[in-house]
Amino acid sequence: MKYKIFPLGDDALTIDFGNEISAEINNQVLKLARFFDQNAFDGFIETVPAYSSLTVFYDVLKVRKSTAGFPGAFAAVRSFTENALKNLDEFGEIQTRLVKIPVCFDAEFALDLEFIASENRLTADAVIEIFLRRPYRVFMLGFLPGFAYMGEVDEAIATGRKPAPRAKVPRGSVGIAGKQTGIYSLESPGGWQILGRTPLELFTPEADESPAFLRAGDRVRFYRIDKFLFEKSRNELFKTEK
Amino acid sequence: MSIVFLTNSLLTTVQDLGRKHFRRFGVNPNGTMDKTAARLVNILLGNDENESVLEMHFPAPKIQFKKNALVALGGADFCAKVNEKEIENWRPVYVKKGSRLSFSKKTSGNRAYLAIKNGFKTSNWLGSASTNLKAKVGGFKGRSLSKNDELFFKKERFEPQAQKTNYKISKSLTPPYSAFPTVRVIAGAEFEKLTEESKDGFQTQSFTVGNESDRMGFRLQSASLNLNNKFELISAAVGFGTIQLLPEGQLVALMADHQTTGGYPRLAHIINYDLPLVAQLGAGDKLNFKFIPIEEAEELLLAFENDLNLLKTACRFL
Repeated sequence: MKYKIFPLGDDALTIDFGNEISAEINNQVLKLARFFDQNAFDGFIETVPAYSSLTVFYDVLKVRKSTAGFPGAFAAVRSFTENALKNLDEFGEIQTRLVKIPVCFDAEFALDLEFIASENRLTADAVIEIFLRRPYRVFMLGFLPGFAYMGEVDEAIATGRKPAPRAKVPRGSVGIAGKQTGIYSLESPGGWQILGRTPLELFTPEADESPAFLRAGDRVRFYRIDKFLFEKSRNELFKTEK
Repeated sequence: MSIVFLTNSLLTTVQDLGRKHFRRFGVNPNGTMDKTAARLVNILLGNDENESVLEMHFPAPKIQFKKNALVALGGADFCAKVNEKEIENWRPVYVKKGSRLSFSKKTSGNRAYLAIKNGFKTSNWLGSASTNLKAKVGGFKGRSLSKNDELFFKKERFEPQAQKTNYKISKSLTPPYSAFPTVRVIAGAEFEKLTEESKDGFQTQSFTVGNESDRMGFRLQSASLNLNNKFELISAAVGFGTIQLLPEGQLVALMADHQTTGGYPRLAHIINYDLPLVAQLGAGDKLNFKFIPIEEAEELLLAFENDLNLLKTACRFL
């Protein structure tokens, strides 16, 4: 296992397993994140798992207080991390969930479906069919609260970002950027090519424990719904909120 | 029991020292831009240093007090007045019921902090009172304060003592704010991928804070910096103070409302001790960068923390 450790400022360090998108590397990231959750050191704050790296945020003063033998907090956390990495292969596998997400591809939601189709010399229906064919892995959350970066999209429908981002992408929009796919968990400016919309709430501020619907490591299967079901499930969501 | 906002203002939000433990869900920490100023004004009043404060930009709001209060201002200097009387930063001020707090001009810095004895009544979200403008939660109804809003005090019945206000935080403890600071940084993972000329440029040029600078990040203008080879970087975590290289060769320094992850090359990271100097900059201000080893950055934090502990003890005896 190859990795690099470097400071991300004076109160965090990043363990980089290689600048690569792969499920195997992402599993290592999630295993290491779980290790820190279960074996927090004095001064540990939190980790941020990304595609191929894990970043550990810590309290410099607390770490220094509890690790007098080291030249500094960075050196102490790096050493702690290196020891954990020695046994990473022996850690149990990451439990993954299968999550089904409904998407409506009607024209009013599929802002860039025609563009994706013409870029790839396909019909809109063929784009949808190819998009729905495979499950996607959630590699990481970032960009917005609850925004999941998923992959990988079939090369046949991969489409680059818009040259100029939209000022407002509606909440629930499902987009493609290169071989990545993602769902706008909140309304936001953004440059992904939008091919549909889900009525599901991907980010629930009131849910204190885990406000995000998706987690890194999840497998997501999209399925098609029509406008009637889209409106119906949105109304039901609205009711449960009350 | 409350303060009432008599005017609109540029951007006035409730913040504390930030939201921890939820970055993995894409929830950024938020919190005050100038943490040192926020901590100092709280400590001065005997508050917990993480107590909520108001972060104000200029033009700042005119505020009316509906009850006697003990307050402290710090950070930027907006020439504050209570009624017609000028008041100084970094000292406790007793404000009588009915008084109006106003700010006439900006003479230094860009973010002023108002702390109040015992803090404000806020809607906390994920363990923090900080406002998240994107998710519209936390602080005051998840938004900035505007005309006619009323912000309540946490302890409504508390009656402050008027006489205990004749002290001030020593200048040695407040950050050396400047419109052209030298800011210490530690090297980022991709710094070595710059051309030799650009590596040199990063350390010798001065950078100008651009107009499109806000709580998310500051654009820093200079002659373009260039990479040896173009490469695709996969998104990874970034932090408050991370300096990224944008595709057109300009820099962005990420600030308190930064996204949790990013995919631009990380050239450097502003050390925590110097972040307040950057947080107080505004469009048109300049800065230089100077590399230091990470151990030195840690030592600066340690020394400052010792000073703050002395201050906390002193404020407790007053």
